[in-house]
Amino acid sequence: MGDERGGAWRARRSAAERRSAVRSLLRLWPYVRPLAPRLFGSMAVAVGASCMALLIPLVLKWTVDGPVAHRDPGGVWLGGGLVLLLGLLEAGLFGLRRWLTARPMAALEARMRADLYRHLQRLPVAFHDRWGSGQLLSRATGDLQILRMFLAFPLVFLVVNSATILVGFTILLTQRWTLGLILLVPAVPLIVLCTYFMGQYSLASRRAQDQIGDLTTLVEESALGIRIIKAFGRHRSQGQAFRRAAHALLGTELRKARLLAEVWLLVTAVPDVALGVALVIGAVQVSDGQLSAGTLVAFLSTALALRWPIESLGWLLSMSSESATAADRYFEVMDTELPPDHTAGPDAVSRAGDGIRFTGVQFRYPDAPDGTPDLLAGLDLHIPTGQTLALVGATGSGKTSLTALIPRLYEATGGRITLDGMDIARLPKERLRAMVSTAFEEPTLFSASVRDNVLMGAEQAGEADLRWALQTAQCGFVHELPQGVDTQVGEQGLSLSGGQRQRLALARAVVGRPRFLVLDDPLSALDVHTEALVEGALREVLATTTALVVAHRPSTVLLADRVALLSGGRIAAVGTHHQLLAECREYRQLMSGDADDRSAA
Amino acid sequence: MTALADPSVDGSHPQEPDQSAPGPPRDDAYDRDVLPAPKGASRALLRQLARPYRARVWLAAVVLVVQQAAVQIGPLLVAYAIDRAIPALRGHDRGPLVATAVGYVGFALLGGVLQRAFIRLSAVISQDVLLDLRGRIFRHAQALGLDFHERYTSGRIIARATSDVEAFRELLTDGLQELLGVCLAVLYIGVVLLWLDWGLGLFALATALPLVWTTRSFSRRSQQAYSRRSAAIASVIVRFTETMNGIRPVQAFRRERANDERFVELNRVHERANGDAILEMGRFNVLSWLIANTSVALVVLWGAYRVAAGSLELGVLAAFVLYLRRLYAPIDPLGMFLNSWQAAAASLEKIAGLLAQRPSVPEPATPRELPAKRGDRPGRAVAFEGVRFAYRTGGEVLPRFDLAVPAGQTVALVGATGAGKSTLAKLLCRFYDPTEGRITLDGVDLRELPTPELRRGVVMVTQESFLFSGTVAENIALGNPDATPAQIEAAAKAIGAHDFIAALPEGYATDVRKRGGRISAGQRQLVAFARALLADPAVLVLDEATSSLDIPGERAVQQAMATVLHGRTALIIAHRLSTVEIADRVLVMADGRIIEDGTPSQLIATSGDFAHLHQAWRDSLVG
Repeated sequence: MGDERGGAWRARRSAAERRSAVRSLLRLWPYVRPLAPRLFGSMAVAVGASCMALLIPLVLKWTVDGPVAHRDPGGVWLGGGLVLLLGLLEAGLFGLRRWLTARPMAALEARMRADLYRHLQRLPVAFHDRWGSGQLLSRATGDLQILRMFLAFPLVFLVVNSATILVGFTILLTQRWTLGLILLVPAVPLIVLCTYFMGQYSLASRRAQDQIGDLTTLVEESALGIRIIKAFGRHRSQGQAFRRAAHALLGTELRKARLLAEVWLLVTAVPDVALGVALVIGAVQVSDGQLSAGTLVAFLSTALALRWPIESLGWLLSMSSESATAADRYFEVMDTELPPDHTAGPDAVSRAGDGIRFTGVQFRYPDAPDGTPDLLAGLDLHIPTGQTLALVGATGSGKTSLTALIPRLYEATGGRITLDGMDIARLPKERLRAMVSTAFEEPTLFSASVRDNVLMGAEQAGEADLRWALQTAQCGFVHELPQGVDTQVGEQGLSLSGGQRQRLALARAVVGRPRFLVLDDPLSALDVHTEALVEGALREVLATTTALVVAHRPSTVLLADRVALLSGGRIAAVGTHHQLLAECREYRQLMSGDADDRSAA
Repeated sequence: MTALADPSVDGSHPQEPDQSAPGPPRDDAYDRDVLPAPKGASRALLRQLARPYRARVWLAAVVLVVQQAAVQIGPLLVAYAIDRAIPALRGHDRGPLVATAVGYVGFALLGGVLQRAFIRLSAVISQDVLLDLRGRIFRHAQALGLDFHERYTSGRIIARATSDVEAFRELLTDGLQELLGVCLAVLYIGVVLLWLDWGLGLFALATALPLVWTTRSFSRRSQQAYSRRSAAIASVIVRFTETMNGIRPVQAFRRERANDERFVELNRVHERANGDAILEMGRFNVLSWLIANTSVALVVLWGAYRVAAGSLELGVLAAFVLYLRRLYAPIDPLGMFLNSWQAAAASLEKIAGLLAQRPSVPEPATPRELPAKRGDRPGRAVAFEGVRFAYRTGGEVLPRFDLAVPAGQTVALVGATGAGKSTLAKLLCRFYDPTEGRITLDGVDLRELPTPELRRGVVMVTQESFLFSGTVAENIALGNPDATPAQIEAAAKAIGAHDFIAALPEGYATDVRKRGGRISAGQRQLVAFARALLADPAVLVLDEATSSLDIPGERAVQQAMATVLHGRTALIIAHRLSTVEIADRVLVMADGRIIEDGTPSQLIATSGDFAHLHQAWRDSLVG
């Protein structure tokens, strides 16, 4: 997975780079607008705080040249008091800045994350097939954190530090323009070089991120596939693959460090050398009497105060470009349009008793390679109300895909599916899915109690329905769990066996006594005894609903009134189990494994 | 450059171990994600990691010490220039000024060059340490037994090898230098200030005491704030990944709105914790700036007073002001580095906890080899001798158990869920070691066999068939990395997997994780079979290995098995009795005991459990 992610991501990035970083970041405006006054306020406050810091050297100068030079200890109090006042103001203003933005920024992050979550939940399943949950998660956590940090820190300090540098150099130049110039001249190439190196650095760190992704994939697979690795004794080859990936990462990390080393050489040595030159020239001027001692002291401390703003520019710019990438990644998902959903139209009048009807239904997965035939190619099928139809077909014939079309988890690419005469494409999804209930092949439980997991199948279902559904699906084992039906299951709870999860998923599907029931191989993980018990109870449920049951085995087929054979994207035959056994060679083969030996059936 | 974002946690879900019944009660240490590590384990781990690089660590330390000295000498030269060079210049002596100039520029360059050297040196050390640490975690996790993996879950192992290593990396690459630099700076500046002026120096250092106190209180409070925040983000992450991985049921059961509400709730908890953490940091910054600026102001006040009074030189005052600004400059980053320090300490402890786990299935101290095979039959004899197995937390699964399977026999294991069939299979593969007794392969205890020898002996195909990223061919070749493409194809053909593989967009070269690589559960099982075939083991164990196949698939596998298993020893577990037809012998298990033992036809002829099961199954098949 790591490869594809990385590859696709890189491809998207190069496209993204063509757009400007500024434009990507401007897209944040709708989220920023509510807190814009606070954000701009915090910038103003921060600029104010920086100016306080720049005023301190001036007070120092006044103190040195005034009271100190005149041996006036009383005047010193005023100078010291002013320094104290400015210092307190500086600290206070920085605190005010934090206070202004801390909560609103956390709220902004939360709002963006909630929007992403809301959007993702409503995007079609085909979208989720394309995007791994890890990719989505990194957008919901890492990228959003980068964006919040950007608004709270780099954005503010880009403004503040630029302002500080401007004001600072104005002060330096007005103090003594010759000395100021000596400091100003190296600042320009310094900023340029820092920006260049930081650009290189962020390229390297993106590569490192990709390589960490590869490494993560290796760890993930070796943990998920531990049984296979152990069963075949393949620790060593896995370990070698890991070592190779880790070495590649090491190379990139060392390159990052080398770039960083150059940047630090520049930012520590260059300003200091300039300051040294200024010091010497200043000293000469003081000795000549052209410059006061206080001015030299003020000059040097102003220059010192400007160091961080200059050093930080490259870093702030690289963080901004990183944030632009994060914004692109976020909006890439948010820009994926939700498929239109209908409000109940005039067609949504039900013709009771028509059941489930497929007319000329076509389907192919959106990511199917070009040139492969449609999975479903003009399929016709009718299940009258109250009947149960078993769907049988070879592996890969499209049975599961067909079931996913009914609740519109995937959209049919052609034809019509109607429920009691209502075209599902014109029904609001909400209403459609309230009518259809599904037990999936892969029984997924959520981190919640057994009760919540089952009752999520129906909104109005109560305690009695819960008991009935658990009974129907033979979930007696839940009463032996530590807290009965209130036991937490799922990722963060007790782990249940495949068969137990499958039975709970079945209980969830039937709990609301739905009008239409779709069961995808609902008994595959059960042993023969349990299977017989579930079948018995399920028969009663099926008698009261219209159902489509995907079946691999005769025992499951026997739950249905009729069987349909799916083959070559169409329904090849419909009839009772015995009819098909007698008449259909392919069906016979699927049910018994023997094509010609009738005696097996 | 600094730790700004939490490393994203990968949202993969581990496969639940297929345990019958809820299994052993969960240990608290696992739930809370704190594994018992001996006291001081993380410090010992650090020492072990650093040991091979001891010489370079010392070199780096010396470089840093000299570098800080070069950097911190600047204000001293300023004082010298103001107090000595300027008066000397007035007396037409250029010497001191030239010395100042040379010294200032020289030390500036030296500082820069040493800084560069230190970064490169420390990067090499820390990257080597990280490489070592990553490798240790990976290898150790691989060596630990299955019982450990089933309880620890893959998510935690991933977290150890990624986000925890990342936290440590951030400390090594960003934080450590700053922290050490700050300590050295405080030391140097303290000494210089005291040397320049005893009284003023002592006074300046005394004002730093409240700062120490603030820092300590901050690190305590921020630890709480950050752990609340990380707990909050963890629940956000769990809900997020669970929703995305279960998007089908979420949409089918219209959970979107209810999920929105719960997510907003979790999100709000995180928002609050996040705000708290940011404000905590803000509080620290404001407090420390207040202290710093106040102490600068007080030094200016007293210093200026004394300069005015003539008891202090102006240059010394200037140096004091410059030094104090320098001393307090790294306050903002310091808060961040303290956090990364704490994060790294917590992560290192978790890593040490993982590394302190001893494999429950250790490699033999004195390995033995299997005896040469008798005749040309590939199978070997298996014996369970007085084997008893119980989970470490209690809960006996197999009471005393004896079983002898002669070489070449195919044995089917039948019984209800929880009868102990899977445990038996796992013991035979040495995924676990028995609590008592021994299991032998041609008379050799499994515990005495080194892994490669063991895996030539016993291979298992399980119900879950995980595919590794890579091509289909690579996945099959896992059974025997030296296999030729022809051998791989032959194995796939033998098991009936060739047709579907050939139909994939790129055949055997199709990447299973890429577009068009949609491989169904049944097809995965066929790949797993082909893999096992290629491994060519003496004993083959099949645990529910055909559960996802449809009947024709199962038939094809059975036909293939009839030839593949010929002469090999095999243990087959299946819910479906169709598999039993190829067995020479059937064992019916209940509650960890064998209750029926015989050939299929013998057992069908009796009126035991197997006969009933078989009848029910025949009925179900015909319908």
